[in-house]
Amino acid sequence: MTDFGSVLFVFVLATFIGLGVIRRVSRLLYTPLMSLTNAISAIAVVGSIVVTGAEYPRAIRILGAIALFASMTNIVSGFMITDRMLKMFKKQ
Amino acid sequence: MIRLIGELAAVLATALFIFALYWMNDPKTARRGVFAGITGMTVAILATWMQPEIVHHGWIFLAIVAGFAVGIPLSRVPLTAVPQRTALSHAFGGLAAGLVGTAEYFLWFGEHAEKLTPFRTSALVAEVILGFLTFTGSLMAAGKLQEVRWIPQRPVTYPGQNFVNLGVLGLAVALGVVLVLYPTAPWSGQVFIAIAALALIFGVLLIIPIGGADMPTVISILNAYAGLAAVAMGFVLDNKLLVTAGALDGSSGLILSIIMCRAMNRSFTNVLFGAFGKAQPALAAGGEQKVWKQESVEGAAQLLEQARSVVIIPGYGMAVAQAQHKVRELYDALTKRGVSVRFAIHPVAGRMPGHMNVLLAESNIPYSALVEMDEINPEMPQTDVALVLGANDVVNPAARYAKSTPIYGMPIIDADKAKTVLAVKRSKNPGFAGIDNELYVLDNTWMLFGDAKAIVGDLVKQFAGGGIH
Repeated sequence: MTDFGSVLFVFVLATFIGLGVIRRVSRLLYTPLMSLTNAISAIAVVGSIVVTGAEYPRAIRILGAIALFASMTNIVSGFMITDRMLKMFKKQ
Repeated sequence: MIRLIGELAAVLATALFIFALYWMNDPKTARRGVFAGITGMTVAILATWMQPEIVHHGWIFLAIVAGFAVGIPLSRVPLTAVPQRTALSHAFGGLAAGLVGTAEYFLWFGEHAEKLTPFRTSALVAEVILGFLTFTGSLMAAGKLQEVRWIPQRPVTYPGQNFVNLGVLGLAVALGVVLVLYPTAPWSGQVFIAIAALALIFGVLLIIPIGGADMPTVISILNAYAGLAAVAMGFVLDNKLLVTAGALDGSSGLILSIIMCRAMNRSFTNVLFGAFGKAQPALAAGGEQKVWKQESVEGAAQLLEQARSVVIIPGYGMAVAQAQHKVRELYDALTKRGVSVRFAIHPVAGRMPGHMNVLLAESNIPYSALVEMDEINPEMPQTDVALVLGANDVVNPAARYAKSTPIYGMPIIDADKAKTVLAVKRSKNPGFAGIDNELYVLDNTWMLFGDAKAIVGDLVKQFAGGGIH
């Protein structure tokens, strides 16, 4: 059913792409980089949606809803504050 | 059909996330990156939400609305509070991973024991340990950065600390192995809860001995952990999008941690297990106690006015005092008089990577005036005035030779080599690392004691009031 080999494969490739791309990020932008990657890693939201929304016992879904709230907070505040900071760099 | 849309959405979101980070290589294209990231995230959320197994839409809707309600104010904090906000968001990320892991385990434990394969259970253990230790660790870090009263600011150390810390982590991992071997025994649920509890405790223990000077490194490491927790969640749920996005976050945290460690000449383990601020041996053991010389604002203004080149070295003191706008006024006043003004940025100045750059960008100082440590150091001997603004350890010459101090070997900005040093300092106490700074007692150093914002403001007034001709 599940193919862990291919997930592992994806992980290794994604890490190499990540290292390659991040290495080129401007040193000026390390703080916005951190808030941006923070928002992106809040992709945990997709796992939370499944746990919250599927036909599971109530206690499980409550855990999911808290996780969904936490991820959503990161997505919203992460992207918004990144943009706020980048605006300051761009107007120069 | 809906499954296929879900798969395609995941591929699209992955590509958009990679572009988002790619565009961060230049401030000019960086905002495009935010747009790509938002698009990728929206696509991923909608594609997941429309899957047939999702039936409780009200719950999802409410949680998302609550996320907006808390997220929007969190994105409007003053820029000086960005390190705390970042730590807090790492905490949220860790919490989400830990809770989803807990939910999945008990779901399968109760109904689908066959899903708890050794591989998946291992991933679950990793997810829960990483998630919960990131949660409490980041909360502690955020509390220290926010200077919450009941969290000690100074590093707290006690004998056998590393032994206790490693013991707690080791026990969690050992229980994890037990869980992988017996995922569905009647007592396995308790083992799982014990692992989660130990991870929560370990997060607190890990941060207690950390001081402010180590915060840039620690925030970067917690960033990597939060990413890895998402990767582990991807393994558990067999979701490639989670794995790729988590890996991007993890590698970003890793690279930043390495850069920060290099900038302090310390290793990962040394930062996490070699607490700063243990009882420091006196620097000038046996030597006579040197005293600093104080300078008036008028005198300092005169020195700056007569200089041809000035290098400003900002540190955390500039951030706490919110002095960046006054610094901009000083920059304008001096530049107008033909003085060349540049800013020397140490990689670990402030409390998180890039902290100084963001504050100076906020006050509209052109980023061409911001110079990296390695580029500015060769020019320091020709610099007339080095103005140290709330920086301390990153300009301490003791780092070059004093083996007994924790900052030994850390590359520093050579402020002491400038012809004259003006150092603005909040108080006469030693810096966050708890070490005396001999820069302050050099023959060519003059001290200005007080709040950075007030002092820079007074300097600007000297120029504006025409007190100097």
